[in-house]
This record gives sequence, structure tokens and C-alpha cells, in this order.
Amino acid sequence: MENDRRPDPEAILARIEADERSSSRGRLKIFFGAAAGVGKTFAMLQAAHERLAEGVDVVVGHVVTHGRAETEALLAGLPILPERQVTHRGHVLEEFDLDAALARKPKVLIVDELAHTNAPGSRHARRHQDVEELLRAGIDVYTTLNVQHIESLNDLVAQITGVTVRETVPDSVLETADDVALVDLPPDELLARLREGKVYIPEQAERAMANFFRKGNLIALREMSLRCTADRVDAQMQVYRKAEGSERTWPITEKILVCISPSPSAVRVVRAGRRLARRLRAEWTVLFVEQPRHVALGEADREYATQGLRLAEQLGAEAITISGHDATEEVLSFARARNFSRIVVGKPARFWWLRELFVGSFVERLARRSGDIDVFIVHGDAKEDDAARPAIPPPKPAVDWSGYAWAAGTVAACSVIAGVMARHFELSNLIMVYLLGVVISATRWGRGPSLLSALLGVAAFDFFFVPPFLTFAVSDYQYVVTFLVMAAVAVTISTLTVRFKEQAEVARQRERRTGALYSLSRELASTRSLDAMIAAIRRHVEEAFEGRTAVLLAGEDGRLATRDAAAHPFVQDPKETAVAQWVHEHAEAAGRGTSTLAGAEALYLPLVGSRGPVGVLALRPEPDRRPLNTDQMHLLETFANQAALALERALLAREAHRSRLAAEGENLRNALLAAVSHDLRTPLAAISGAASSLAFSEDRLPPPARRELVLTIHEEAERMTRLANNLLDMGRLQSRSVALRREWQPLEEVFGAALQELDLQLRDREVVLRLPADLPQVPIDEVLIERVLVNLLENAARYTPPGTPIELAAAAGQGEVRIDVLDRGPGLLPGEESRIFEKFVRGETAPSRRGIGLGLAVARSIVEAHGGRIWAENRPDGGAAFRFTLPLKGEPPESPSEPPEPEPGP
Amino acid sequence: MSDVAPTVLLIEDDPQIRRFLRATLPAHGFRLIEAEAGERGLVEAATRNPEVVLLDLGLPDIDGLEVTRRLREWSAVPIVVLSARGLERDKVAALDAGADDYLTKPFGVEELLARLRVALRHASRAGGDVPGPVFAAGGLEVDLAARRVRTAGQEVHLTPTEFRLLAVLVKHAGKVVTQRQLLVEVWGPGAAGNAHYLRVQMHGLRHKLEKTPARPRYLITEPGVGYRLREEG
Repeated sequence: MENDRRPDPEAILARIEADERSSSRGRLKIFFGAAAGVGKTFAMLQAAHERLAEGVDVVVGHVVTHGRAETEALLAGLPILPERQVTHRGHVLEEFDLDAALARKPKVLIVDELAHTNAPGSRHARRHQDVEELLRAGIDVYTTLNVQHIESLNDLVAQITGVTVRETVPDSVLETADDVALVDLPPDELLARLREGKVYIPEQAERAMANFFRKGNLIALREMSLRCTADRVDAQMQVYRKAEGSERTWPITEKILVCISPSPSAVRVVRAGRRLARRLRAEWTVLFVEQPRHVALGEADREYATQGLRLAEQLGAEAITISGHDATEEVLSFARARNFSRIVVGKPARFWWLRELFVGSFVERLARRSGDIDVFIVHGDAKEDDAARPAIPPPKPAVDWSGYAWAAGTVAACSVIAGVMARHFELSNLIMVYLLGVVISATRWGRGPSLLSALLGVAAFDFFFVPPFLTFAVSDYQYVVTFLVMAAVAVTISTLTVRFKEQAEVARQRERRTGALYSLSRELASTRSLDAMIAAIRRHVEEAFEGRTAVLLAGEDGRLATRDAAAHPFVQDPKETAVAQWVHEHAEAAGRGTSTLAGAEALYLPLVGSRGPVGVLALRPEPDRRPLNTDQMHLLETFANQAALALERALLAREAHRSRLAAEGENLRNALLAAVSHDLRTPLAAISGAASSLAFSEDRLPPPARRELVLTIHEEAERMTRLANNLLDMGRLQSRSVALRREWQPLEEVFGAALQELDLQLRDREVVLRLPADLPQVPIDEVLIERVLVNLLENAARYTPPGTPIELAAAAGQGEVRIDVLDRGPGLLPGEESRIFEKFVRGETAPSRRGIGLGLAVARSIVEAHGGRIWAENRPDGGAAFRFTLPLKGEPPESPSEPPEPEPGP
Repeated sequence: MSDVAPTVLLIEDDPQIRRFLRATLPAHGFRLIEAEAGERGLVEAATRNPEVVLLDLGLPDIDGLEVTRRLREWSAVPIVVLSARGLERDKVAALDAGADDYLTKPFGVEELLARLRVALRHASRAGGDVPGPVFAAGGLEVDLAARRVRTAGQEVHLTPTEFRLLAVLVKHAGKVVTQRQLLVEVWGPGAAGNAHYLRVQMHGLRHKLEKTPARPRYLITEPGVGYRLREEG
């Protein structure tokens, strides 16, 4: 079918992305070999010379020649970046200087030994991380790598050669490399070079290395490196063909589910899964089913699972933890729900004979019930995996012997009670007493003690209550059945009770985590202000992780800053700030407990929202705390995700608010032009008309007419003054060039000033003032609030019949003061109440009225700038009411009834 | 007011304002000297010995504040500054630098004449004419010597601070007094920033002296600038 051959859009997209990424990113070229001594560095330097000859800016960042003359000769003529001197435990180490390289920013940088582990105190723990940063900075990197350093091949190499390599590089580095040049040398020639002393071997490892460089090993390593390169080429071919649509390569995508348990084999199973996934080019997921019984394990045992999950993530898998009681059931339902075609499990390391006898092993059950899903069993022998053992040796489970003693005591108590009851009750009732003892032991002391009490119970029952008494002998053989049933019931009860308790414990732990998250997200959802959000985030993270936290937000220039720096000095430290900034720019966690910039005091997580990074969450654990385990890390990441989304929401809201203000400003400007042309032209026409008739025909005008013209000029000029004042106020308020100069003051003063200014206009009116004596002081900009009052009063004076009273009143309310300007005029037309505060709506509803224009809009802007509201309504008994509120935020300054005594008078 | 027409020096760059005052002031018994820039104004002030200076704050060469400062280095001539509304800070700066009063543009003739008269009266007092010990305006009487205050014939009891505040305003009666000036004169230089002292005291004073404190007859607030004791009740 035609469609099948059409290029897969996603594949094309992926290729374009890869192309694009590589255009802004630097290109990585790896000189890849089977073992030391095959000539990788040599080949790399030769390539560097070629590029240099082409005129490319090539710089050597770091090369180790091991004193080989041929290699050293090649270094000549290449610009070399000075190395960084690091003092570690008295030794001076030479390290690659990442910052110098980033600052120099050559086109191509040569960095030897990709698998190298950096000296403590370097920014990244590993050199491949340095290289990643270089690539991101757009620098092309040439580097070298041996096959035994590849993470997923690590244990294969160990198996073949018997030498465990600890410095590994994630497979993804090799896979995403733009070029891999295989440097190959037949084993015989390599051995010859070795004999000639051309291969550098560190003295301390001479014997191990001698073992390593055996022909068999070398052949195997060579095969591995060749296969590895071939796989890569094959993958490239697949990508190419897929994009070209030449062939539909995979009818269905394979999906592999790798199941791990908290045992030393976890890491090995993950690596095996990875190899399989790679060969099949399948998606893969690593699953850990957390079972109630795992709670009883020590932290070190659980750390195995954690380690496996972490490795899975590093190798590019999705790592998932679910909890459930029946691992088989959980794994299968998970696999079915998500369409996994293959399941990889480890061979059990230990044999739980009891369990397997009755229910079959996990692997057996899985195989039996997996249906059409293939199950792969990989060997999970723990012995060879000592290298992968967690840093904390698993402590022997501390056996609490007192539990057993208590269980025995319980059985003794049961026997006493049963003894008392024996005279009046049947034997079957006595059994019940013992079963009760088992239940008590199971709930209080756990599995072991409850099993002991079950066995002791049966024995005691036999000894005391089954004839012949006080012996274990049994006269009537039907009692044997009784014992067996009793034992079975007791064991079942004990198992069920213990399991129930364990499940409750797992549930409680989950509950706690979910609860912490839930309460954070709930609080964030109900919080609107940025500062309150940050406070909530900090509080929740500090509660859950015991440490000091800080939220740093990026400013417009991308620099991070706290909004409440005073609270935590560690954020002020320039070294810490630099780490935070790095984390923000790279959107990767770093700092304490990670492999990047591990020397930092705190752990820094990027806060990445849906539209990009918004800031950084810093957590400085209490000094004696251990680094977070994967579980905690995941939880913290989830916290960070929640926080990032919430913060992004708040920032977007702020941005939206700003752009709304900007749009409003734009509307204002347009309306302003229209209004200015009208409001300025009308009085101007009158003034210039009157003035011209005075100027050119004064002697012909009778005195009353002249007076009339002069008055016209005066009145129209006043009108223009008012307009100009309002325009000026509006302009300044809109452009925010006026910062509010708020001071706490009595309203009375502002009232007085406004009435004073309108003395003339209000001369023929009764002005009723209602100011309660106990009115609190209000934080206002008196100049601006006076404008509000003047505009409202002027408005009232202008639009109500002369002689009608005007009332000015103020009253304190809940957290605010309300001011009313009331008149007895004709009131407002329906619908006009809210519209009159909009800019320049004057005239539409009341054509005869002049100049509402800007006055009320200015009043609104000022009131809103103070955080208050303004509105108008009709009074029920006639007239209009203009009301506004002013919030009473903060505390008025201390105002002693009698301020400091003045200096003595003159 | 003196018998001969008092001389007014107008330092203003806007020709229309100069034209308007040139037509108006002589009609009200003033002699007018004009200067269109700050430097020129300083020269005129030194050579023509005006009795009052009308100074625009926005001048093309040196700003009005600078003119005020330089004038005050050698002259006590009353200065009335002219400035647009909304520039309260400039006004306060000029007043604190030694200007005597201000007028907001645009202004009416009556307002201008009232300011000029107050300025001239204060200048003549400073020239040795001691103000009467009793200030009276409308129903308000303040006897500075006896430290007695009456409104509408009723004696009013003031706290020492209130009295002192009132005394400063009486001393400058009719002129605007900036918040800073009041604070410094009443509480001393250390109190210049504590505007709320002033508000509290002014509130108390108004409630004792004014019939309607929110619509004062005597103690007028000039928003953003300071206070003025009105003389004509």
C-alpha cells in the first residue's frame, strides 16, 4: 500500500531535530577502540592536524601522551589550553580546564579519555559531563573511548576479562555521538606493541593489566567494539531508511519491561534489559514492585532497587515504582495495560523453599500466567556483582529477640487462662484462646514471634490439655488432626495479620508522600501571589526534607535572584549562586548529592515549567543528613515540578496583567487623541472667536457685549485648564512616572484642601460634611487623592442644579475607608453607573452635558492605584452617589499623642 | 505698602506671560522689570534692587532653584516662584531653598496680587518693623507674647507644641510654610523627616481652632507642599 511507504512524519521530525540540534550543538566525534594502545589518541591528533590544515580553529584541551614519542610529536603545532592544577590529598593533579575551554570557545576541542573521573572539587564528577557542556556551548569535541567503559557492556567485559572497570560512560553518549571512528588494531599487533613498551600501563595495575592483555581477551574486546560500531551503523541506516520511507522496518514497536527486586542482581538485570532493548531497538521500562515485605528489609537492601532504578534512568529507560502485594499480578497487569511484548526478570538468587513449594516462585508464576508475553530470565548471581554493591553494606536484620520472649510469654498466659477455663469449657474453646494469643503476637511483634507462638501454642495445648496430660504423647490419634488444623489456622492467621500490618505500613508511607504533595498542590492552587507561593513551597519542602530551602527566580535578564534573601544566608554565597545559575541555564539538577558540582552546600533543582525554566529550587539539607535516596529525590523532583508549574502560572498571570495594562495604555492613547481634538477645539474656538472680535472690532462693540466676550474667554480658558490638568494627571498615572508617595494621614486635611480649591464652584451650595471623629489615618498620596475629591466634587457641582446640597462623607469599614460624594441632582441614567468611569464616554448618554471626559477616569486610575474601588450609583431617595474605598494596609507610624518636646522657645 | 510703586522683577522666559503681566501689574500700582533668563535675572536683581521677585522655575539657562539659591546668598528680597501644577517637589525644593511663596500656573490676577502683597508686607517687617504681638484674622486671635489664643472670643487651651506650631504659622501669616520648615522650626533639625508629627499636631490644632476642621478657615493645607495660615478671615 502506498501509505506504508510514505515517510513516517515522526521519523522525519526526529531527523530534522537531530540535524537542528547538531547545528546549534557542537558535534561529538569519538575515536573508539577495543583497548588501550590501539592508537586512538594518535588517530585523534592526526585528525586534529587535518582540520587545522583546513584552517579550522582547533585547540587541545587535554591529551595524555603517556610519554609516547609518536604521540608527543603530533602534539607539536597544535594550540594547547593550559591545564588546571588541582591539589588533592597532597598530590597536584592536572585536570582539564572546562571554564578556560568555554571561554576560549574554539571550533574544535580535543579532549582525551572520555571516561575519566574528574578530581574532587571539579564542576562535574565525570569528564563526559564536561564534554556535554562543551557540546551545548556549540563546541565540536574530539575524544577517545574504550569499549570496556561503556555502561551496558560493563559486566560483560568484567565476565570476559575478570577485570572490573569502574569508570563507565552512559551508552547514550556513544549513541548520540555524531561520529564514531573505530580505531582498530589486530590483537597480535597490539600485543607486539605492548611488548615493545608502547602501551602505557600504570605501575600499580601492572599485574591486573597483564592479565587483561591476553590474546583471548583482546579478541573478545575487539569483537565487542566492532559489534558496537556495527550496531551504531545499523541504527543510523535504520533512521535513514525510515525517513526515506524505503521500507517499513518494524511492523510493531517492541516494548520491553524489565522487572527488578531489591537484591544485588537488580543492576545486572537492568543492564541485560538494556542490551536486549538495544538489539531490538525497543522502548524499555524498568519496573519495581514495592511489596509490603520490602518494608521489613534494611535500607541497604532497598538501596539495591533504588540503584537499579537510577541506572535505568541513566541508560535511558523509564523507571517506575508501583506498590502491590502480589508482584506477579502487578507486573502482568502493568505489562498488559501498557502493551509490553517482553518481560525481563532476574533468576532468583535465593530459594524460598516454603513459598515456592506452596505457590511457586515468582518466575514460575510469571511464566505460567504471562500468556502471549515473552518472559526472559537472566541470571542474577549476586557474587560477581560485588562491584555494584551499594556503598552502605546491608546490615544484618537486627533480630529483636524480645519479641520472641513476649510471644512465648503470651503462650504461657494463654495456657494459664486455658487452665482456668478447662474445667468448664470444651477443648475446642481452649484452642480459641491460643489462636487469640497468635493474633496478639502477630499484631505486636511481627512474623517470627507469631509463628513461634503458633507452634508453642500447639505444643502447650498438647502438653497441658490433651490426655495423657503433661506429656507430648497423644492417646487418641484424632488429636493429630486437631493439631495440624490448629497449626495451619495459627500460621494462616499470623501470616494474614502480619501482611495486613505491612500493607498498612506501605500504605502509610505512600500516604505520607502523597499527602505532602497533595497539600502542596492544594495550597499552590489557592495561592495567587508569587510571594505567598514561594513561602508555601519552601514550607512544604522544608517539612518533607528537613533542611533550609530557597526559591530563586530568574529575572528578565536570566539572572537568578531570591525574593526574600534575608531568610537564608547560604543563597547569598557567590559560589552557591554560581551553582544555582548553572542549574538554571542547563535545566539540570546539580550540587550536593549529585554528580555535578557536588561540592556545593545545597542541592539545586531546576524549576522547569511548560514553557521553559522559571527558576531554581535550592535545598540545603541539615549538615548530618545523608544524601537523598532515589525515592526522596523523585519526591523532591515532583515537588519541584509542582512548584514550577505553579510559579509559571503566577508569572504568566503577572505578565498577562502587565500586557493588559499595556493594552489599556494603548486604548487610552487612541481615545485620548479623539478626546483631545474635541475637548481642546471647542474652547479654543470660543476663545479665538471672542478674542478676535475684541482685537479687530473693539470700538464698535457696546460695553456689555465686550464684557460678555471677555467672560467667555475667561471661562473657556478655565475649562481648558481643567482639561489640561486632567490630561496631565492621566498621562502621568498611565505612564507610571508617578510613584505613589503614600503617607499615613487624616482624611480631613485632604478634604479641606479639595474644598478650598473648589471654593468658588461650591460657593452657592450647602456642603454637608460627615467625618466621624474616630476615622483612622489612611495611607494615601495626598496630592492624588485630593485630585479624586476635586474631580468628584466638581462633577457633582457641574451636573446638579445650582443650590442643591452636596454631601461629603467618610466611614471606616473592614480594612478600608469608604468616601462618598453625594448629590441631589437628576441622578444617573440606567447603565451609566459603571460606564462613566471609562475613559471618554462622555456625551453618548447625555449629549447636553459637557466635559465628563477625563475627570472620573482620572479618579478611577488614582483610586485603583491605591488598591481601592470606585463606583457610582443612584441614591434611593434621589440623586447620585459616587463612592470609593481606600485600603488600610500596614500599620500607621507610631504617633505619640505628644511628639517629642520641641526645643525651648526663643 | 510703601508710597512709591513697588518694583517687581519678573524672571520668565515665556513672552506671553511677560506680556500679560506687563499689561496687568502697572495697572495695579507695580513697576515691572523683565528678565528672560536666569543669569540676566540675577544681574537685574543686583543692579535694579527690586522689592519682590517673580521667578519662573523652568528657565532656559539655569533653573529657578539655582537662581533662588544664588539670590539668597546676598539678598533677602522676597521671591515668589511660578510653576505648573504637578511639580510640587520642585516648589518645595524652591521654598526650602529660600523662596517665600509660590503660584501655580495658570493663575488669576487676584491670586497674584494677594501673594505679592503678603510678600511685600513680610519684607517690610523683616526690615525692622516688628509684627504686632497680636495676630487677628476673622474670629482668630493669637497673642504671641501672652501665649494666648482665642476663637470667636473664647479662649482656647493649646499644648506647648501646638502653640509653637501656630506661632510659626503666625510668623509667616499668609505665606505657605513647607512641612520641612515647620518640622525644623518646631521640633528642630532632627525631625525634618517626621511628617506625621506635624499631621498629628495640625489635626489637634484644627480641631481646637476651626469650627469645621475639614473645611478650615485659617489653617489651610497646600497638598504636597505644606500649610498656610490664611489672614483674611
